[in-house]
Amino acid sequence: MNETYMAVAGFAQTWGLIYFVILFSIVLAYALWPKNREKFDDASQIPFRED
Amino acid sequence: MLTMEEGFFALFLAVIAFGCLIIAGKTFDQVMAFHTGLGALFAAGGVFYIFKNYFEGDNQQIPQEIDGKPNYNIGPIKFASVAAMFWGIAGFLVGLIIASQLAWPALNFDLPWTNFGRMRPLHTSAVIFAFGGNVLLATSMYVVQRTCRARMPGGILPWFVVLGYNAFILIAGTGYLLGATQGKEYAEPEWYADLWLTIVWVAYLMLFLGTLWKRKEPHIYVANWFYLAFIVTVAMLHITNNLTIPVSIYSTQSVIVWSGVQDAMVQWWYGHNAVGFFLTAGFLAIMYYFVPKRTDRPVYSYRLSIVHFWALIFIYIWAGPHHLHYTALPQWASTLGATFSIILWMPSWGGMINGLMTLSGAWDKLRTDPVLRMMVVSVAFYGMSTFEGPLMSLRAVNSLSHYTDWTIGHVHSGALGWVGYISFGALYCLIPWLWNKKQLYSLKLVNWHFWLSTLGIVLYITAMWVSGIMQGLMWRAYDALGFLEYSFIETVDAMYPFYVIRALGGALFVLGSLIMAYNLWMTVRHGEAEEADTMPAGSLAAAE
Repeated sequence: MNETYMAVAGFAQTWGLIYFVILFSIVLAYALWPKNREKFDDASQIPFRED
Repeated sequence: MLTMEEGFFALFLAVIAFGCLIIAGKTFDQVMAFHTGLGALFAAGGVFYIFKNYFEGDNQQIPQEIDGKPNYNIGPIKFASVAAMFWGIAGFLVGLIIASQLAWPALNFDLPWTNFGRMRPLHTSAVIFAFGGNVLLATSMYVVQRTCRARMPGGILPWFVVLGYNAFILIAGTGYLLGATQGKEYAEPEWYADLWLTIVWVAYLMLFLGTLWKRKEPHIYVANWFYLAFIVTVAMLHITNNLTIPVSIYSTQSVIVWSGVQDAMVQWWYGHNAVGFFLTAGFLAIMYYFVPKRTDRPVYSYRLSIVHFWALIFIYIWAGPHHLHYTALPQWASTLGATFSIILWMPSWGGMINGLMTLSGAWDKLRTDPVLRMMVVSVAFYGMSTFEGPLMSLRAVNSLSHYTDWTIGHVHSGALGWVGYISFGALYCLIPWLWNKKQLYSLKLVNWHFWLSTLGIVLYITAMWVSGIMQGLMWRAYDALGFLEYSFIETVDAMYPFYVIRALGGALFVLGSLIMAYNLWMTVRHGEAEEADTMPAGSLAAAE
Protein backbone atom coordinates (compact mmCIF):
# COMPACT_ATOMS: atom_id res chain seq x y z
CA MET A 1 0.00 0.00 0.00
CA ASN A 2 1.48 3.33 -0.93
CA GLU A 3 1.13 6.39 1.24
CA THR A 4 -1.16 8.33 -1.05
CA TYR A 5 -3.64 5.48 -0.97
CA MET A 6 -3.46 5.23 2.83
CA ALA A 7 -3.98 8.96 3.19
CA VAL A 8 -6.96 9.05 0.82
CA ALA A 9 -8.53 5.96 2.35
CA GLY A 10 -8.01 7.36 5.86
CA PHE A 11 -9.63 10.62 4.89
CA ALA A 12 -12.60 8.88 3.25
CA GLN A 13 -13.15 6.53 6.16
CA THR A 14 -13.30 9.29 8.75
CA TRP A 15 -14.38 12.57 7.18
CA GLY A 16 -16.50 10.77 4.59
CA LEU A 17 -18.49 9.17 7.38
CA ILE A 18 -18.88 12.44 9.25
CA TYR A 19 -19.95 14.18 6.04
CA PHE A 20 -22.67 11.63 5.35
CA VAL A 21 -23.95 11.66 8.93
CA ILE A 22 -24.17 15.46 8.92
CA LEU A 23 -25.85 15.48 5.53
CA PHE A 24 -28.39 12.90 6.61
CA SER A 25 -29.09 14.78 9.84
CA ILE A 26 -29.79 17.94 7.88
CA VAL A 27 -32.22 16.08 5.61
CA LEU A 28 -33.96 14.46 8.59
CA ALA A 29 -34.20 17.76 10.44
CA TYR A 30 -35.63 19.48 7.35
CA ALA A 31 -38.16 16.71 6.73
CA LEU A 32 -39.25 16.31 10.35
CA TRP A 33 -39.08 19.92 11.56
CA PRO A 34 -42.48 20.55 13.20
CA LYS A 35 -42.85 23.94 11.54
CA ASN A 36 -42.54 22.35 8.09
CA ARG A 37 -45.42 19.95 8.68
CA GLU A 38 -48.06 22.27 7.31
CA LYS A 39 -45.98 23.09 4.24
CA PHE A 40 -45.44 19.41 3.40
CA ASP A 41 -49.06 18.45 4.05
CA ASP A 42 -50.01 21.19 1.65
CA ALA A 43 -47.39 20.09 -0.90
CA SER A 44 -48.77 16.56 -0.94
CA GLN A 45 -52.03 18.00 -2.31
CA ILE A 46 -50.35 19.59 -5.35
CA PRO A 47 -51.34 16.80 -7.80
CA PHE A 48 -55.00 17.41 -6.97
CA ARG A 49 -54.89 21.17 -7.32
CA GLU A 50 -54.26 21.49 -11.04
CA ASP A 51 -56.81 22.51 -13.58
CA MET B 1 -41.22 37.90 -37.51
CA LEU B 2 -39.37 34.66 -37.03
CA THR B 3 -38.91 34.31 -33.28
CA MET B 4 -35.45 34.08 -31.75
CA GLU B 5 -36.15 30.47 -30.89
CA GLU B 6 -37.26 29.55 -34.42
CA GLY B 7 -34.30 31.38 -35.92
CA PHE B 8 -31.85 29.68 -33.61
CA PHE B 9 -33.17 26.18 -34.26
CA ALA B 10 -33.42 26.78 -38.01
CA LEU B 11 -29.80 27.94 -38.13
CA PHE B 12 -28.57 25.16 -35.85
CA LEU B 13 -30.36 22.44 -37.82
CA ALA B 14 -29.14 23.91 -41.11
CA VAL B 15 -25.54 23.74 -39.86
CA ILE B 16 -26.10 20.12 -38.75
CA ALA B 17 -27.62 19.25 -42.13
CA PHE B 18 -24.65 20.70 -44.06
CA GLY B 19 -22.13 19.11 -41.71
CA CYS B 20 -23.81 15.74 -42.15
CA LEU B 21 -23.86 16.12 -45.93
CA ILE B 22 -20.15 16.88 -46.08
CA ILE B 23 -19.29 13.88 -43.91
CA ALA B 24 -21.66 11.66 -45.88
CA GLY B 25 -19.92 12.69 -49.09
CA LYS B 26 -16.35 12.19 -47.90
CA THR B 27 -16.61 9.19 -45.59
CA PHE B 28 -15.15 5.77 -46.36
CA ASP B 29 -17.39 4.16 -43.75
CA GLN B 30 -20.74 2.93 -45.07
CA VAL B 31 -22.47 3.07 -41.69
CA MET B 32 -21.27 6.65 -41.26
CA ALA B 33 -22.58 7.53 -44.72
CA PHE B 34 -25.96 6.03 -43.85
CA HIS B 35 -26.19 7.78 -40.48
CA THR B 36 -25.02 11.17 -41.65
CA GLY B 37 -27.44 10.84 -44.57
CA LEU B 38 -30.24 10.19 -42.08
CA GLY B 39 -29.02 13.08 -39.94
CA ALA B 40 -29.00 15.48 -42.91
CA LEU B 41 -32.52 14.36 -43.84
CA PHE B 42 -33.89 14.86 -40.32
CA ALA B 43 -32.16 18.20 -39.79
CA ALA B 44 -33.30 19.51 -43.18
CA GLY B 45 -36.81 18.28 -42.37
CA GLY B 46 -36.67 20.25 -39.14
CA VAL B 47 -35.63 23.45 -40.95
CA PHE B 48 -38.39 22.87 -43.51
CA TYR B 49 -41.07 22.53 -40.82
CA ILE B 50 -39.90 25.61 -38.94
CA PHE B 51 -40.26 27.71 -42.11
CA LYS B 52 -43.46 25.98 -43.20
CA ASN B 53 -44.94 26.78 -39.82
CA TYR B 54 -43.70 30.34 -40.13
CA PHE B 55 -45.20 30.99 -43.57
CA GLU B 56 -48.45 29.08 -43.09
CA GLY B 57 -49.12 29.58 -39.39
CA ASP B 58 -51.08 32.56 -38.15
CA ASN B 59 -47.94 33.72 -36.36
CA GLN B 60 -49.83 34.46 -33.21
CA GLN B 61 -48.22 34.07 -29.84
CA ILE B 62 -49.44 30.87 -28.20
CA PRO B 63 -51.32 32.01 -25.09
CA GLN B 64 -49.84 30.96 -21.78
CA GLU B 65 -53.30 30.71 -20.30
CA ILE B 66 -56.81 30.20 -21.65
CA ASP B 67 -59.69 31.37 -19.45
CA GLY B 68 -57.32 31.64 -16.50
CA LYS B 69 -56.22 28.02 -16.86
CA PRO B 70 -52.68 27.17 -17.93
CA ASN B 71 -52.56 26.25 -21.62
CA TYR B 72 -50.53 23.06 -21.25
CA ASN B 73 -48.43 21.97 -24.21
CA ILE B 74 -49.48 18.39 -24.89
CA GLY B 75 -48.50 17.77 -28.52
CA PRO B 76 -44.94 16.55 -27.75
CA ILE B 77 -46.31 14.47 -24.85
CA LYS B 78 -48.74 12.73 -27.19
CA PHE B 79 -45.91 11.95 -29.60
CA ALA B 80 -43.66 10.57 -26.85
CA SER B 81 -46.41 8.35 -25.42
CA VAL B 82 -47.22 6.87 -28.84
CA ALA B 83 -43.49 6.41 -29.48
CA ALA B 84 -43.17 4.66 -26.10
CA MET B 85 -45.86 2.15 -27.03
CA PHE B 86 -44.29 1.57 -30.46
CA TRP B 87 -40.73 1.12 -29.18
CA GLY B 88 -42.01 -0.95 -26.27
CA ILE B 89 -43.57 -3.55 -28.53
CA ALA B 90 -40.53 -3.50 -30.83
CA GLY B 91 -38.15 -3.92 -27.88
CA PHE B 92 -40.18 -6.70 -26.25
CA LEU B 93 -40.36 -8.51 -29.60
CA VAL B 94 -36.60 -8.34 -30.12
CA GLY B 95 -36.24 -9.65 -26.57
CA LEU B 96 -38.47 -12.58 -27.43
CA ILE B 97 -36.40 -13.24 -30.54
CA ILE B 98 -33.08 -13.31 -28.69
CA ALA B 99 -34.57 -15.42 -25.91
CA SER B 100 -35.64 -17.88 -28.60
CA GLN B 101 -32.18 -17.72 -30.18
CA LEU B 102 -30.69 -18.90 -26.91
CA ALA B 103 -33.01 -21.91 -26.91
CA TRP B 104 -32.80 -22.54 -30.67
CA PRO B 105 -29.54 -21.11 -32.07
CA ALA B 106 -30.67 -21.74 -35.65
CA LEU B 107 -32.73 -18.55 -35.28
CA ASN B 108 -29.50 -16.54 -35.63
CA PHE B 109 -29.90 -17.38 -39.35
CA ASP B 110 -26.12 -17.18 -39.76
CA LEU B 111 -26.42 -13.55 -40.79
CA PRO B 112 -24.39 -10.78 -39.16
CA TRP B 113 -27.40 -8.46 -38.70
CA THR B 114 -29.59 -11.02 -36.93
CA ASN B 115 -26.80 -12.40 -34.76
CA PHE B 116 -27.46 -12.52 -31.00
CA GLY B 117 -24.48 -10.25 -30.35
CA ARG B 118 -26.04 -7.44 -32.37
CA MET B 119 -29.66 -8.08 -31.42
CA ARG B 120 -29.01 -8.09 -27.69
CA PRO B 121 -27.99 -4.41 -27.42
CA LEU B 122 -30.86 -3.62 -29.77
CA HIS B 123 -33.20 -5.22 -27.22
CA THR B 124 -31.70 -3.56 -24.15
CA SER B 125 -31.53 -0.11 -25.73
CA ALA B 126 -35.03 -0.43 -27.21
CA VAL B 127 -36.64 -1.31 -23.91
CA ILE B 128 -34.56 0.94 -21.63
CA PHE B 129 -33.88 4.01 -23.72
CA ALA B 130 -36.56 3.89 -26.42
CA PHE B 131 -39.51 2.59 -24.40
CA GLY B 132 -38.45 3.76 -20.93
CA GLY B 133 -36.98 7.00 -22.26
CA ASN B 134 -40.13 7.99 -24.11
CA VAL B 135 -42.27 7.11 -21.09
CA LEU B 136 -40.03 9.37 -18.99
CA LEU B 137 -40.16 12.18 -21.57
CA ALA B 138 -43.95 11.98 -21.81
CA THR B 139 -44.65 11.70 -18.09
CA SER B 140 -42.02 14.25 -17.02
CA MET B 141 -43.36 16.87 -19.43
CA TYR B 142 -46.90 16.16 -18.25
CA VAL B 143 -46.14 16.08 -14.53
CA VAL B 144 -43.87 19.12 -14.45
CA GLN B 145 -46.41 21.27 -16.29
CA ARG B 146 -49.32 20.10 -14.15
CA THR B 147 -47.62 20.36 -10.78
CA CYS B 148 -46.13 23.76 -11.65
CA ARG B 149 -49.37 24.90 -13.28
CA ALA B 150 -47.36 26.41 -16.12
CA ARG B 151 -46.91 25.78 -19.84
CA MET B 152 -43.51 24.42 -20.95
CA PRO B 153 -41.32 27.20 -22.36
CA GLY B 154 -40.74 27.46 -26.07
CA GLY B 155 -42.55 26.18 -29.12
CA ILE B 156 -39.75 24.38 -30.94
CA LEU B 157 -37.75 23.32 -27.88
CA PRO B 158 -40.15 20.60 -26.59
CA TRP B 159 -40.44 19.17 -30.09
CA PHE B 160 -36.68 19.29 -30.53
CA VAL B 161 -36.24 17.28 -27.33
CA VAL B 162 -38.82 14.62 -28.23
CA LEU B 163 -37.95 14.27 -31.93
CA GLY B 164 -34.21 14.66 -31.34
CA TYR B 165 -34.30 11.90 -28.73
CA ASN B 166 -36.15 9.55 -31.06
CA ALA B 167 -33.70 10.34 -33.85
CA PHE B 168 -30.94 9.28 -31.46
CA ILE B 169 -32.78 6.01 -30.81
CA LEU B 170 -33.05 5.34 -34.54
CA ILE B 171 -29.34 6.04 -35.15
CA ALA B 172 -28.27 3.95 -32.16
CA GLY B 173 -30.51 1.01 -33.05
CA THR B 174 -29.61 0.82 -36.73
CA GLY B 175 -25.96 1.26 -35.75
CA TYR B 176 -26.04 -1.90 -33.63
CA LEU B 177 -27.50 -3.97 -36.44
CA LEU B 178 -24.89 -2.64 -38.88
CA GLY B 179 -22.07 -3.31 -36.43
CA ALA B 180 -21.27 0.17 -35.08
CA THR B 181 -20.79 -0.18 -31.33
CA GLN B 182 -18.48 0.96 -28.54
CA GLY B 183 -18.97 -2.38 -26.85
CA LYS B 184 -19.85 -0.76 -23.53
CA GLU B 185 -22.94 -2.30 -22.00
CA TYR B 186 -25.94 0.08 -22.09
CA ALA B 187 -23.60 2.69 -23.64
CA GLU B 188 -23.16 1.04 -27.04
CA PRO B 189 -23.91 4.03 -29.31
CA GLU B 190 -20.82 5.41 -31.05
CA TRP B 191 -19.32 8.86 -30.55
CA TYR B 192 -21.48 10.84 -33.00
CA ALA B 193 -24.72 9.42 -31.57
CA ASP B 194 -23.41 10.23 -28.07
CA LEU B 195 -22.66 13.81 -29.06
CA TRP B 196 -26.14 14.22 -30.50
CA LEU B 197 -27.72 12.79 -27.34
CA THR B 198 -25.69 15.21 -25.24
CA ILE B 199 -27.15 18.16 -27.17
CA VAL B 200 -30.69 16.79 -26.88
CA TRP B 201 -30.23 16.07 -23.18
CA VAL B 202 -29.01 19.58 -22.39
CA ALA B 203 -32.07 20.92 -24.24
CA TYR B 204 -34.23 18.58 -22.13
CA LEU B 205 -32.64 19.89 -18.93
CA MET B 206 -33.23 23.48 -20.03
CA LEU B 207 -36.83 22.68 -20.90
CA PHE B 208 -37.42 21.08 -17.50
CA LEU B 209 -35.68 23.84 -15.56
CA GLY B 210 -37.50 26.45 -17.65
CA THR B 211 -40.86 24.97 -16.66
CA LEU B 212 -39.85 24.93 -12.99
CA TRP B 213 -38.75 28.55 -13.38
CA LYS B 214 -42.20 29.53 -14.69
CA ARG B 215 -44.08 27.70 -11.95
CA LYS B 216 -47.16 29.20 -10.29
CA GLU B 217 -46.96 26.69 -7.45
CA PRO B 218 -44.35 27.88 -4.92
CA HIS B 219 -43.37 24.38 -3.74
CA ILE B 220 -41.68 22.01 -6.20
CA TYR B 221 -43.58 18.72 -5.95
CA VAL B 222 -41.46 15.68 -5.02
CA ALA B 223 -41.96 13.95 -8.39
CA ASN B 224 -40.16 16.87 -10.05
CA TRP B 225 -37.18 16.41 -7.73
CA PHE B 226 -36.87 12.82 -8.88
CA TYR B 227 -37.19 13.81 -12.55
CA LEU B 228 -34.56 16.50 -12.09
CA ALA B 229 -32.15 14.09 -10.39
CA PHE B 230 -32.70 11.69 -13.27
CA ILE B 231 -32.00 14.31 -15.94
CA VAL B 232 -28.94 15.85 -14.25
CA THR B 233 -27.32 12.55 -13.27
CA VAL B 234 -27.88 10.90 -16.64
CA ALA B 235 -26.16 13.89 -18.26
CA MET B 236 -23.17 13.48 -15.95
CA LEU B 237 -22.98 9.71 -16.44
CA HIS B 238 -23.40 9.85 -20.19
CA ILE B 239 -20.65 12.41 -20.68
CA THR B 240 -18.13 10.74 -18.36
CA ASN B 241 -18.63 7.26 -19.76
CA ASN B 242 -18.47 8.42 -23.38
CA LEU B 243 -15.33 10.55 -23.35
CA THR B 244 -14.11 9.10 -26.61
CA ILE B 245 -11.86 10.39 -29.35
CA PRO B 246 -13.04 9.50 -32.85
CA VAL B 247 -10.49 7.71 -35.01
CA SER B 248 -11.49 10.18 -37.71
CA ILE B 249 -14.47 12.45 -38.19
CA TYR B 250 -15.38 10.23 -41.15
CA SER B 251 -15.30 7.04 -39.11
CA THR B 252 -17.83 5.42 -36.78
CA GLN B 253 -14.94 4.15 -34.65
CA SER B 254 -13.64 5.84 -31.53
CA VAL B 255 -11.26 5.24 -28.64
CA ILE B 256 -12.14 5.87 -25.00
CA VAL B 257 -9.83 8.08 -22.93
CA TRP B 258 -10.06 5.78 -19.89
CA SER B 259 -7.82 2.75 -19.84
CA GLY B 260 -7.90 -0.68 -18.24
CA VAL B 261 -9.53 -1.05 -14.86
CA GLN B 262 -10.37 2.65 -14.70
CA ASP B 263 -12.42 2.22 -17.85
CA ALA B 264 -14.16 -0.75 -16.23
CA MET B 265 -14.87 1.29 -13.11
CA VAL B 266 -16.25 4.25 -15.09
CA GLN B 267 -18.36 1.86 -17.18
CA TRP B 268 -19.98 0.25 -14.11
CA TRP B 269 -20.30 3.51 -12.28
CA TYR B 270 -22.29 4.50 -15.36
CA GLY B 271 -24.02 1.14 -15.71
CA HIS B 272 -25.27 0.89 -12.17
CA ASN B 273 -26.40 4.49 -12.07
CA ALA B 274 -28.26 4.00 -15.34
CA VAL B 275 -30.26 1.56 -13.21
CA GLY B 276 -30.32 3.95 -10.25
CA PHE B 277 -31.21 7.17 -11.98
CA PHE B 278 -32.73 6.23 -15.32
CA LEU B 279 -34.67 3.12 -14.27
CA THR B 280 -35.26 4.06 -10.64
CA ALA B 281 -35.33 7.81 -9.92
CA GLY B 282 -37.26 8.62 -13.11
CA PHE B 283 -39.84 5.91 -12.54
CA LEU B 284 -40.15 6.77 -8.83
CA ALA B 285 -41.21 10.21 -10.06
CA ILE B 286 -43.96 8.44 -12.00
CA MET B 287 -44.93 6.56 -8.84
CA TYR B 288 -45.13 9.74 -6.77
CA TYR B 289 -47.51 11.37 -9.22
CA PHE B 290 -49.57 8.62 -10.81
CA VAL B 291 -50.24 6.41 -7.77
CA PRO B 292 -51.74 9.33 -5.77
CA LYS B 293 -53.70 10.47 -8.85
CA ARG B 294 -55.14 7.05 -9.52
CA THR B 295 -56.02 6.32 -5.88
CA ASP B 296 -57.24 9.88 -5.44
CA ARG B 297 -55.41 10.35 -2.19
CA PRO B 298 -52.11 12.09 -1.39
CA VAL B 299 -48.87 10.20 -0.96
CA TYR B 300 -48.71 8.34 2.37
CA SER B 301 -45.96 10.52 3.83
CA TYR B 302 -44.57 13.55 2.09
CA ARG B 303 -41.82 13.81 4.69
CA LEU B 304 -40.74 10.24 4.00
CA SER B 305 -40.60 11.12 0.30
CA ILE B 306 -38.07 13.87 1.07
CA VAL B 307 -35.85 11.55 3.10
CA HIS B 308 -36.33 8.91 0.38
CA PHE B 309 -35.16 11.32 -2.30
CA TRP B 310 -32.00 12.63 -0.66
CA ALA B 311 -30.97 9.24 0.75
CA LEU B 312 -31.51 7.49 -2.58
CA ILE B 313 -29.53 9.92 -4.72
CA PHE B 314 -26.65 10.24 -2.28
CA ILE B 315 -26.24 6.49 -1.83
CA TYR B 316 -26.95 5.10 -5.29
CA ILE B 317 -24.06 6.91 -6.92
CA TRP B 318 -21.54 4.82 -4.90
CA ALA B 319 -22.91 1.34 -5.58
CA GLY B 320 -21.35 0.73 -9.03
CA PRO B 321 -18.16 -1.12 -8.02
CA HIS B 322 -20.17 -4.17 -6.88
CA HIS B 323 -20.27 -5.14 -10.57
CA LEU B 324 -16.52 -5.74 -10.44
CA HIS B 325 -15.94 -8.25 -7.64
CA TYR B 326 -12.96 -10.56 -8.26
CA THR B 327 -11.52 -8.35 -10.99
CA ALA B 328 -8.47 -6.09 -11.28
CA LEU B 329 -10.41 -3.48 -9.28
CA PRO B 330 -8.97 -3.19 -5.74
CA GLN B 331 -10.98 -5.18 -3.23
CA TRP B 332 -11.67 -2.15 -1.03
CA ALA B 333 -13.41 -0.46 -3.95
CA SER B 334 -15.75 -3.35 -4.66
CA THR B 335 -16.39 -3.74 -0.91
CA LEU B 336 -17.33 -0.08 -0.81
CA GLY B 337 -19.78 -0.66 -3.65
CA ALA B 338 -21.33 -3.64 -1.86
CA THR B 339 -21.58 -1.68 1.42
CA PHE B 340 -23.46 1.15 -0.24
CA SER B 341 -25.68 -1.41 -1.96
CA ILE B 342 -26.67 -2.81 1.43
CA ILE B 343 -27.33 0.69 2.77
CA LEU B 344 -29.60 1.20 -0.26
CA TRP B 345 -32.09 -1.23 1.28
CA MET B 346 -33.24 1.62 3.51
CA PRO B 347 -34.25 4.27 0.96
CA SER B 348 -35.49 1.65 -1.50
CA TRP B 349 -37.84 0.09 1.00
CA GLY B 350 -38.77 3.48 2.43
CA GLY B 351 -39.89 4.49 -1.04
CA MET B 352 -41.69 1.23 -1.63
CA ILE B 353 -43.59 1.52 1.66
CA ASN B 354 -44.46 5.11 0.83
CA GLY B 355 -45.90 4.04 -2.52
CA LEU B 356 -47.82 1.05 -1.18
CA MET B 357 -49.20 2.79 1.89
CA THR B 358 -50.65 5.54 -0.31
CA LEU B 359 -53.40 2.96 -0.81
CA SER B 360 -54.18 2.65 2.89
CA GLY B 361 -57.91 3.02 3.24
CA ALA B 362 -58.37 2.39 -0.47
CA TRP B 363 -57.14 -1.16 -0.82
CA ASP B 364 -60.51 -2.19 -2.21
CA LYS B 365 -59.62 -0.30 -5.39
CA LEU B 366 -57.18 -3.10 -6.21
CA ARG B 367 -60.17 -5.34 -6.80
CA THR B 368 -61.92 -3.02 -9.21
CA ASP B 369 -59.14 -1.09 -10.93
CA PRO B 370 -56.64 -3.22 -12.87
CA VAL B 371 -54.59 -0.11 -13.76
CA LEU B 372 -53.98 0.64 -10.11
CA ARG B 373 -53.30 -3.04 -9.50
CA MET B 374 -50.62 -2.91 -12.17
CA MET B 375 -48.93 0.05 -10.48
CA VAL B 376 -49.12 -1.54 -7.04
CA VAL B 377 -47.68 -4.82 -8.29
CA SER B 378 -44.98 -2.72 -9.92
CA VAL B 379 -44.05 -1.15 -6.58
CA ALA B 380 -44.04 -4.63 -5.03
CA PHE B 381 -41.63 -5.80 -7.74
CA TYR B 382 -39.51 -2.73 -6.98
CA GLY B 383 -39.33 -3.88 -3.37
CA MET B 384 -38.46 -7.41 -4.41
CA SER B 385 -35.72 -6.56 -6.88
CA THR B 386 -34.17 -3.92 -4.62
CA PHE B 387 -34.04 -6.57 -1.90
CA GLU B 388 -32.44 -9.10 -4.22
CA GLY B 389 -29.92 -6.64 -5.70
CA PRO B 390 -27.98 -5.81 -2.52
CA LEU B 391 -27.93 -9.51 -1.71
CA MET B 392 -26.32 -10.26 -5.05
CA SER B 393 -23.80 -7.46 -4.53
CA LEU B 394 -22.22 -9.34 -1.61
CA ARG B 395 -18.98 -11.00 -2.62
CA ALA B 396 -20.02 -14.46 -1.41
CA VAL B 397 -23.34 -14.44 -3.27
CA ASN B 398 -21.80 -12.72 -6.28
CA SER B 399 -19.23 -15.48 -6.70
CA LEU B 400 -22.14 -17.81 -7.41
CA SER B 401 -24.50 -15.45 -9.24
CA HIS B 402 -22.17 -13.38 -11.40
CA TYR B 403 -22.09 -14.14 -15.14
CA THR B 404 -25.04 -16.53 -14.71
CA ASP B 405 -28.72 -16.24 -15.69
CA TRP B 406 -29.57 -15.27 -12.12
CA THR B 407 -28.42 -11.75 -13.02
CA ILE B 408 -30.67 -11.78 -16.09
CA GLY B 409 -33.61 -12.88 -13.93
CA HIS B 410 -32.87 -10.16 -11.38
CA VAL B 411 -32.68 -7.47 -14.04
CA HIS B 412 -35.98 -8.59 -15.54
CA SER B 413 -37.87 -8.64 -12.25
CA GLY B 414 -36.88 -4.99 -12.03
CA ALA B 415 -37.33 -4.21 -15.71
CA LEU B 416 -40.53 -6.12 -16.52
CA GLY B 417 -42.06 -5.91 -13.06
CA TRP B 418 -41.10 -2.48 -11.78
CA VAL B 419 -40.26 -0.32 -14.81
CA GLY B 420 -42.63 -2.08 -17.22
CA TYR B 421 -45.66 -2.10 -14.96
CA ILE B 422 -45.30 1.43 -13.63
CA SER B 423 -44.93 2.59 -17.27
CA PHE B 424 -48.00 0.62 -18.37
CA GLY B 425 -49.95 2.06 -15.45
CA ALA B 426 -48.80 5.59 -16.31
CA LEU B 427 -49.70 5.17 -20.00
CA TYR B 428 -53.12 3.73 -19.12
CA CYS B 429 -53.72 6.90 -17.08
CA LEU B 430 -52.06 9.32 -19.48
CA ILE B 431 -53.65 8.36 -22.80
CA PRO B 432 -57.26 9.14 -21.76
CA TRP B 433 -56.08 12.38 -20.11
CA LEU B 434 -54.13 13.52 -23.17
CA TRP B 435 -56.85 12.71 -25.70
CA ASN B 436 -59.57 14.10 -23.47
CA LYS B 437 -61.36 10.80 -22.97
CA LYS B 438 -63.53 9.86 -20.03
CA GLN B 439 -61.91 6.48 -19.49
CA LEU B 440 -60.10 3.61 -21.12
CA TYR B 441 -61.81 1.66 -23.89
CA SER B 442 -61.85 -1.52 -21.82
CA LEU B 443 -60.78 -2.32 -18.27
CA LYS B 444 -61.39 -5.98 -19.07
CA LEU B 445 -58.53 -5.88 -21.57
CA VAL B 446 -56.30 -4.24 -18.94
CA ASN B 447 -57.15 -7.18 -16.73
CA TRP B 448 -56.10 -9.60 -19.48
CA HIS B 449 -52.90 -7.64 -20.00
CA PHE B 450 -52.21 -7.73 -16.28
CA TRP B 451 -52.67 -11.47 -15.80
CA LEU B 452 -50.96 -12.56 -19.02
CA SER B 453 -47.88 -10.46 -18.37
CA THR B 454 -47.76 -11.31 -14.67
CA LEU B 455 -47.75 -14.98 -15.58
CA GLY B 456 -45.05 -14.16 -18.14
CA ILE B 457 -42.86 -12.41 -15.57
CA VAL B 458 -43.25 -15.22 -13.04
CA LEU B 459 -42.27 -17.81 -15.65
CA TYR B 460 -39.35 -15.63 -16.70
CA ILE B 461 -37.80 -14.95 -13.32
CA THR B 462 -38.34 -18.38 -11.81
CA ALA B 463 -36.80 -20.04 -14.88
CA MET B 464 -33.80 -17.73 -14.63
CA TRP B 465 -33.35 -18.34 -10.89
CA VAL B 466 -33.23 -22.08 -11.38
CA SER B 467 -31.13 -21.84 -14.51
CA GLY B 468 -28.72 -19.31 -13.00
CA ILE B 469 -28.11 -21.11 -9.74
CA MET B 470 -27.71 -24.41 -11.58
CA GLN B 471 -25.26 -22.80 -13.98
CA GLY B 472 -23.26 -21.27 -11.13
CA LEU B 473 -23.12 -24.54 -9.23
CA MET B 474 -22.08 -26.50 -12.33
CA TRP B 475 -19.24 -24.08 -13.04
CA ARG B 476 -17.78 -24.56 -9.57
CA ALA B 477 -18.30 -28.33 -9.29
CA TYR B 478 -15.08 -30.35 -8.95
CA ASP B 479 -14.67 -34.09 -9.06
CA ALA B 480 -12.69 -36.18 -6.52
CA LEU B 481 -9.42 -35.55 -8.40
CA GLY B 482 -9.84 -31.80 -8.42
CA PHE B 483 -10.84 -31.48 -12.07
CA LEU B 484 -13.85 -29.49 -13.21
CA GLU B 485 -16.88 -31.73 -13.23
CA TYR B 486 -18.58 -30.17 -16.26
CA SER B 487 -17.46 -28.71 -19.53
CA PHE B 488 -18.94 -25.36 -20.46
CA ILE B 489 -21.14 -26.83 -23.18
CA GLU B 490 -22.67 -29.27 -20.69
CA THR B 491 -23.92 -26.30 -18.63
CA VAL B 492 -25.39 -24.74 -21.78
CA ASP B 493 -27.12 -27.98 -22.63
CA ALA B 494 -28.58 -28.23 -19.11
CA MET B 495 -30.12 -24.76 -19.42
CA TYR B 496 -32.18 -25.60 -22.51
CA PRO B 497 -35.53 -26.27 -20.78
CA PHE B 498 -35.24 -23.05 -18.77
CA TYR B 499 -34.51 -21.05 -21.92
CA VAL B 500 -37.71 -22.44 -23.44
CA ILE B 501 -39.72 -21.49 -20.32
CA ARG B 502 -38.16 -18.03 -20.36
CA ALA B 503 -39.06 -17.53 -24.02
CA LEU B 504 -42.63 -18.60 -23.21
CA GLY B 505 -42.75 -16.03 -20.41
CA GLY B 506 -41.46 -13.39 -22.80
CA ALA B 507 -44.10 -14.35 -25.38
CA LEU B 508 -46.85 -13.81 -22.78
CA PHE B 509 -45.38 -10.41 -21.94
CA VAL B 510 -45.35 -9.43 -25.65
CA LEU B 511 -48.94 -10.64 -26.01
CA GLY B 512 -49.96 -8.47 -23.06
CA SER B 513 -48.34 -5.41 -24.61
CA LEU B 514 -50.17 -6.02 -27.91
CA ILE B 515 -53.47 -6.12 -26.02
CA MET B 516 -52.45 -2.86 -24.35
CA ALA B 517 -51.67 -1.18 -27.68
CA TYR B 518 -55.06 -2.27 -29.06
CA ASN B 519 -56.82 -0.98 -25.94
CA LEU B 520 -55.07 2.40 -26.11
CA TRP B 521 -55.72 2.69 -29.83
CA MET B 522 -59.44 2.04 -29.29
CA THR B 523 -59.46 4.55 -26.41
CA VAL B 524 -58.09 7.27 -28.66
CA ARG B 525 -60.27 6.40 -31.65
CA HIS B 526 -63.55 5.43 -30.06
CA GLY B 527 -63.39 6.46 -26.40
CA GLU B 528 -66.13 8.67 -25.05
CA ALA B 529 -65.02 12.30 -24.92
CA GLU B 530 -64.74 14.07 -21.59
CA GLU B 531 -67.68 16.45 -21.63
CA ALA B 532 -66.93 18.81 -18.75
CA ASP B 533 -64.20 20.66 -20.59
CA THR B 534 -65.35 21.18 -24.14
CA MET B 535 -62.84 23.58 -25.56
CA PRO B 536 -63.57 25.82 -28.51
CA ALA B 537 -62.85 23.92 -31.72
CA GLY B 538 -59.32 24.25 -33.01
CA SER B 539 -57.89 25.71 -29.84
CA LEU B 540 -54.96 24.09 -28.11
CA ALA B 541 -57.11 22.37 -25.56
CA ALA B 542 -55.80 21.23 -22.24
CA ALA B 543 -56.40 17.61 -21.41
CA GLU B 544 -58.83 16.54 -18.71
